[in-house]
Amino acid sequence: MGITEAILLTIATAATPLLIAAIGELVVERSGVLNLGVEGMMVLGAVGGFAAMSLTGNPWIGVVAAIAMGALAALAFGFLTLSLAANQVATGLSLTILGLGLSGLLGVEFVGKAGTKLENISIPVLSDIPLVGPLLFGQDPIFYMSIALVIGVSWFLFRTRPGLTLRSIGDNHVSAHALGIPVLRYRYLAVMFGGACAGLAGGHLSLVYTPVWIENMSAGRGWIALALVVFASWRPARVLAGAYLFGAVSIGQLHAQALGIAIPSQFLTALPYVATIVVLVLISQNVRATLINTPAMLGRAFVPDR
Amino acid sequence: MKKLVMGLAGAATLALAMAGSAQAADKTKVCFMHVGPITDGGWTQAHHQGMEEMAAHFGDKVETAYVENVPEGPQATAVIERLARQKCALIFTTSFGFMDPTLEVAAKFPDVKFEHATGYKTAANVTSYNSRFYEGRYILGQIAAKVSKTGVAGYIASFPIPEVVQGINSFVLGAQTVNPDFKLKVVWVNTWHDAGKEADAAKVLIDQGVDILTQHTDSTAPIQVASERGVYAFGQALDMIEAGPETQLTAIIDSWGAYYTKRVQAVMDGTWESQSTWDGLVDGILTMAPYTNMPDDVKAMAEATEAAIIAGELHPFTGPINKQDGTPWLADGEVAEDGPLLGMNFYVEGVDDQLPQ
Repeated sequence: MGITEAILLTIATAATPLLIAAIGELVVERSGVLNLGVEGMMVLGAVGGFAAMSLTGNPWIGVVAAIAMGALAALAFGFLTLSLAANQVATGLSLTILGLGLSGLLGVEFVGKAGTKLENISIPVLSDIPLVGPLLFGQDPIFYMSIALVIGVSWFLFRTRPGLTLRSIGDNHVSAHALGIPVLRYRYLAVMFGGACAGLAGGHLSLVYTPVWIENMSAGRGWIALALVVFASWRPARVLAGAYLFGAVSIGQLHAQALGIAIPSQFLTALPYVATIVVLVLISQNVRATLINTPAMLGRAFVPDR
Repeated sequence: MKKLVMGLAGAATLALAMAGSAQAADKTKVCFMHVGPITDGGWTQAHHQGMEEMAAHFGDKVETAYVENVPEGPQATAVIERLARQKCALIFTTSFGFMDPTLEVAAKFPDVKFEHATGYKTAANVTSYNSRFYEGRYILGQIAAKVSKTGVAGYIASFPIPEVVQGINSFVLGAQTVNPDFKLKVVWVNTWHDAGKEADAAKVLIDQGVDILTQHTDSTAPIQVASERGVYAFGQALDMIEAGPETQLTAIIDSWGAYYTKRVQAVMDGTWESQSTWDGLVDGILTMAPYTNMPDDVKAMAEATEAAIIAGELHPFTGPINKQDGTPWLADGEVAEDGPLLGMNFYVEGVDDQLPQ
């Protein structure tokens, strides 16, 4: 395996959790709900996945548990913000704090235990293609899921009727309600889908990325995923591009350092974030194009018939 | 945003830590503030074990409290101040970045005693304590140079502070005694604790031809990656053998318990005084994990070096040593003083990296 392939593989692993969490949050935000609890749901998914894998010895059960954990946390968020119409920003932040604390508590027993890694699935023949083979066809199962999610979400939002309905709720929940669309039901499903994705992203961390449980192991990746959604101006394909750009810059800076390229490492560490800000600035130059994609009801509570 | 959340989380943890602490007049209250979680499997866990050892020694005579996950920076000041107000008699702050906050709060609470780990500043009621980790790293360097086939080791470094720079220099000096051309690649991840990033750095280094990894960060992720890729690695702060039974060559283990017991005893006896201590292998504050996964001759060499350091016959920083740019630092036979070591901000000759300033 050449160095280029090795670099690409490392980038893919770094980008996958960001991509999955961001694509889930994109659906949530398209429905008009802002859930800032991605970091919390992600870390809960990580601990849930690792615990289930550790208890059963089967990493696949870990994956299912990670998804369930994220969805469950999202359900709590949904109950507060949708049924009780609580402030979404405050509830999302609390969810993050709760997730970080609760995951530490749940994970006490699993600290330092060795995990079973979710094995890579190599597709015969295809994975032997030079350069792209190992990258596209010799990866861990969650990588394939991440790509399937991007395609699936893109198709759902822009090519199906329920997808159109979901977007219309995000743009004007009062009109949607007047048309007889069950706004809260759609939003509940969207929020839980987002939570399931964040949980899966966490599962990727504790089952593939570093098969171990460490407190706070999401280390801010949930926040990056949130930024990526805005960065991508709520378009699934751009989330994919953004996640890989972010992964490439963060791995590239490590390679630059190991090669002894004399750039201050603090600057290099900040580079992915600088890149995000630069792209955000570039995007916001085109106000109209951004507004078309921004869900108009983002963050606003909806109470039927009020 | 993240900072805010971390701050809130820190405050919440503080409230929890404080909740269970009933006041009793005859008990000495000893408090700890940590940068990471007490279950990090490395640095903070080692300090926490030290606290538990100390608490077990004194039983009912002490009361302990701790705050974990405190970010280095302005919030640290607020947390230390809270601890001081909570009637802690002795407060240990266990990260380099807590140095200035500790001194700031100590000035306001002259009756409370403070101990800061791995710094270099003291005050009338602030002691600075440290461990000579570099002694262990010298041994690691020697082992690496013997075991490595490619002649290149990878070093996952956290922040360019003296303690880390000492470690890198000592590792290289150790390696050079075995192989004068030994190369070291350094990657700065600018974090103490981010498993994913540490794993990324490990993969990057291995991809670039490194076949031995060592780290000055806290998680077991680099050892896991090393074990997956079939290269060797060294544990940090705790014995990490479980993360890589066939990967870990040895580990530098921090054993703070005896030190904490000694200092708490001093507070009880009223003999506590501000000081600046820097203990090493000889004091048992630092021990080496069993030498495994290496040939017997390498093991014998490592044990001999360890014994020589304990006996005081060998100091890793003994001249002739040049600085990275070739200018002389220590003359032949000259041993580095503690002062310059504690403030070390330059590489020695042979390190293949630009030190971030």
